[in-house]
Amino acid sequence: MAEYKWPDFSKRSLISKKISRLDAPSKVSGEAKYSYDVNRPGMLFGGILRSPHAHARITKLDVSAALSMPSVKALRVIQDVGTEIKWEMDEIVSVAAVNENALYDALGAIRVEFEVLPHFVTEELKEKAPKSNPGEAQIIGRPEEALAESEVVMEGYYGLARVAHCCLESHGQVCEWEDDQHLIAWCSTQNVSGLPPQFAEALDIPAANVRVITPYMGGGFGSKFSVDRWGVECAQLARKAGVAVKMMLLRDAEIAIAGDRPSAYAKVKVGCTADGELTAWKSESWGSGGVSRAGNPPLPYVVQIPNIKKQHTAIPTHTGSARAWRAPNHPQGCLITMAAIEDTAAKIGMDPLELMLKNIHLTGRLASIYQQELNIGAKMIEWEHNWHPRGEGAGSGPVKYGLGLGIHTWGGRAHASNCEVVVYPDGGVEARIGSQDLGVGTGTIIALVLAETFGLGIKEVKVRMGDSRYPQSGPSGGSTTVGGVSSSTRRAALDALEKVLNVTAPALGVESGEQLEAWKGTIRVKEDPSRHIDWKRAAARIGPAPLTVMGRNPGPGSLNNSGVGGIQMAEVSVDTETGIVKIERFVAVQDCGLILNMKTARSQVFGAMIQGVAYALMEEKIMDPVTGKLLNPDMEFYKLPGLFDVGQLKVHMMTGPGYDDRGVIGLGEPPVISPGAAISNAVANAIGVRVPTLPLTPDRVLGALGKGV
Amino acid sequence: MRAFSYAEPKTSAEALEILQKANGEGMILAGGTDLLSLMKDSIINPKVLVDLKNIPDFSRIVDKDGQLNIGSTTTLSDLLENTTVKERYPSLVQAIEGISSPQIRNMGTIGGDLCQRPRCWYFRRGFGLLATQNGRSMVVEGENRYHAILGNSGPAKFVNASSLAPALIALNAIVEITGPAGLRTLPLADFFRIPQNDGEKENILEDNELLVAVKIPESVGVNATYEVRQKEALDWPLTTASVNLSIEGKTVRSALVVLGHVAPMPWVAINAAKVLKGKKLSPEIVTEAGEAATIGSKALSRNRYKIQLVKVAVRRAIRRASRIGGV
Repeated sequence: MAEYKWPDFSKRSLISKKISRLDAPSKVSGEAKYSYDVNRPGMLFGGILRSPHAHARITKLDVSAALSMPSVKALRVIQDVGTEIKWEMDEIVSVAAVNENALYDALGAIRVEFEVLPHFVTEELKEKAPKSNPGEAQIIGRPEEALAESEVVMEGYYGLARVAHCCLESHGQVCEWEDDQHLIAWCSTQNVSGLPPQFAEALDIPAANVRVITPYMGGGFGSKFSVDRWGVECAQLARKAGVAVKMMLLRDAEIAIAGDRPSAYAKVKVGCTADGELTAWKSESWGSGGVSRAGNPPLPYVVQIPNIKKQHTAIPTHTGSARAWRAPNHPQGCLITMAAIEDTAAKIGMDPLELMLKNIHLTGRLASIYQQELNIGAKMIEWEHNWHPRGEGAGSGPVKYGLGLGIHTWGGRAHASNCEVVVYPDGGVEARIGSQDLGVGTGTIIALVLAETFGLGIKEVKVRMGDSRYPQSGPSGGSTTVGGVSSSTRRAALDALEKVLNVTAPALGVESGEQLEAWKGTIRVKEDPSRHIDWKRAAARIGPAPLTVMGRNPGPGSLNNSGVGGIQMAEVSVDTETGIVKIERFVAVQDCGLILNMKTARSQVFGAMIQGVAYALMEEKIMDPVTGKLLNPDMEFYKLPGLFDVGQLKVHMMTGPGYDDRGVIGLGEPPVISPGAAISNAVANAIGVRVPTLPLTPDRVLGALGKGV
Repeated sequence: MRAFSYAEPKTSAEALEILQKANGEGMILAGGTDLLSLMKDSIINPKVLVDLKNIPDFSRIVDKDGQLNIGSTTTLSDLLENTTVKERYPSLVQAIEGISSPQIRNMGTIGGDLCQRPRCWYFRRGFGLLATQNGRSMVVEGENRYHAILGNSGPAKFVNASSLAPALIALNAIVEITGPAGLRTLPLADFFRIPQNDGEKENILEDNELLVAVKIPESVGVNATYEVRQKEALDWPLTTASVNLSIEGKTVRSALVVLGHVAPMPWVAINAAKVLKGKKLSPEIVTEAGEAATIGSKALSRNRYKIQLVKVAVRRAIRRASRIGGV
């Protein structure tokens, strides 16, 4: 039986190297077709009439004018008279029409009346909430006594606004029925294998009759696991009309209801000794995940202070439900904890890096990783040279500089995955896997593992994915995908290779395939590499029929692992007259076990840092207390940074002994956790006061400086 | 977006005729960067669009008789590349550079910039320019972090969206308007108004009139614009200050200070100019001018920080224009 492990460092030709994405040319040339680009014969355009109110009851609904329009081919009432609407933009009627103009005419012709009910959408003002769901207090050790005995007690208030996922490709799909029992859906989804059962249940057909196709995908960040109501409506309209229907969300709905990270606010007390040993933590936190109860941040985060008392209250608001946002609850926990620790360091006049290192044992099994990473990060950002006590930076002008840090962790254990590897008699090699590439390079990773295993070039192998007809693979959530698909692919490829080696052994005059290895387009004798045959000749020996092997994860051998540590350090400049924060330098040091593709791994970290700058400085769902509406469901006031707003980004990936040998661990989420903390801490260091809540907009910064609201 | 008819007149007379016939349901199309989004959101629903881009004179920049005559459909990119503009009017260049989207600069026009509608989120969500509900201002009771701090005592709380108007007004620009009664000219400062009721909009252009050109006098003082923008990428200024100063030695002989994005119209900060006039520029005078620019300001619930931004923007615009060290 094959030995299931990753090749030794000296035997790697692709793994851990910087490999460009295989799909890059098709994406930059526009050849790649996303769900939005799919057009089918006779296809209709689907859309949804949404509630203009955050909380209301439908009192009248008249769809007759829309129904009588010849260009309207299907219409469905989703929520009828009497229904209580609990968030703005909730779905009321779906329509399919011959083109987009006809669709909007039809939606405009629907008459709907509401009894408007009271709403609550501004949860930072906890005391004004009509309802709240306080959780039980959790206690570890003797928090009250420890606080009373602490030489120093720091008290602070911290928080983060709700943000959207804001996928550049909005949610949606094209649905087409092959007959009245068989559906094909081109979906923008993180869950290709998981959607057929969801469609099937809603449409009352066998799951086997649903095919989901996602060749390319424009971002999900945790918001695209479900078929969603618009997916079901799209399929139902297509069934009713008898032709394909395209229904992609408009930008306003994408921001308002298709993505939401819960807010979190906390009043915190931290106890420590005069020389910086953390002794006690107490927090009262609250936040909202809309109508859901989502969003209880892990507190204190990573640093397990010995005595803890914490209590969290979920505040329901009249907004759509929260969705898993890249590292659910961790960015919130990280900001609150790291800001409180930084403020504690400032209170006792200690360098926060020194305080963090002094308490690093409280981080548990990753302590030595954090320690190494903090030292590397400190060198990269020249911490010793650039750090100064809070508010005491050089220069007399209005622009102040500061440094801040954050540390984070994530599990990232590989998900369940099945991969079918096919070796053709002409030497062709192919992987079939019901996974998806969210845009991060998953397909390139699968190709790389295949090619490495068979000793071939990365362009000599074929990856077929993004189709639910391929073997089931897990949803891309929790940073589980690369671990899962690389493991199932590696196992299948090793098994297939073993079979090829076994039939090749006689041709090379050895007794068993175990004496052979695949190397640079050949099969060669391990002990005598001069004896080899070309890969294609070896593959021909399997006979006329292709060889098909299934690989699974979990499975034998230790190919993957979980639990990573990362640190980030930011240097910011703050214009203390305008309140504008700029990122000067931003450093990430990240562990993720064995790195399969150094280039796309670094890209993941860069992307996370940019998304982190966005929520630290700009992104915020601005809710209107008067109407209960989201006021900025657009790319104009839902602000995202451009290229010149992200500063100089530097990434260091941990590799080598102690890292590579852990196996593959997920990377998608961890690097987006610390940016809020590192940047907020850097701003506090620069201007001498804490800006309590993210995003760090000019009004908040000037407010903290006593120059604004 | 509702169906509409599209006209491409070749002369201004032809354009006026089409507008007249449209009887208030016609709209002028220049770059379209604002108009099309308003139509897509059903905020406006014109029946006729009159495209001015085929009228040759409207896109010309001509320097003669002591003034620079800029046709109203001149693109922002063309303005930015014009050598006269670069030499004489750095404040205008800085204002255009503040629109940090090459696509918008390539399509957007000077006339379109002056006539664009406010970005107030209540207006853009269909609650009307004054955003009142049951006679009460939604802006006052709601979210007003980007709204007006000056000129906001009436029902209008939005801010004028023009990026170029503060610079042009400070440069004493005049506008040429044509209509059924023929050509008329007026100072750009008088082109804008603060609407007092639902029937009024934010400028004096009638439905059957066209903005023909903007004219800037040749002789201007040192000038500069300072925008406070959070983002380097495309973003609306939180506050803009544009100044035009005639300075002899260090002494200010005349001054114009105009603010943007703080009032329902470009705001001529008369008090700031008064502080500067006849004075020697010094850090104290510059600071005093910044303070004076905020006279009459009234913060709403969430925009007090913009009062601070006005002070800073004025100070920095004066410093940038004067290029005198130590002020």
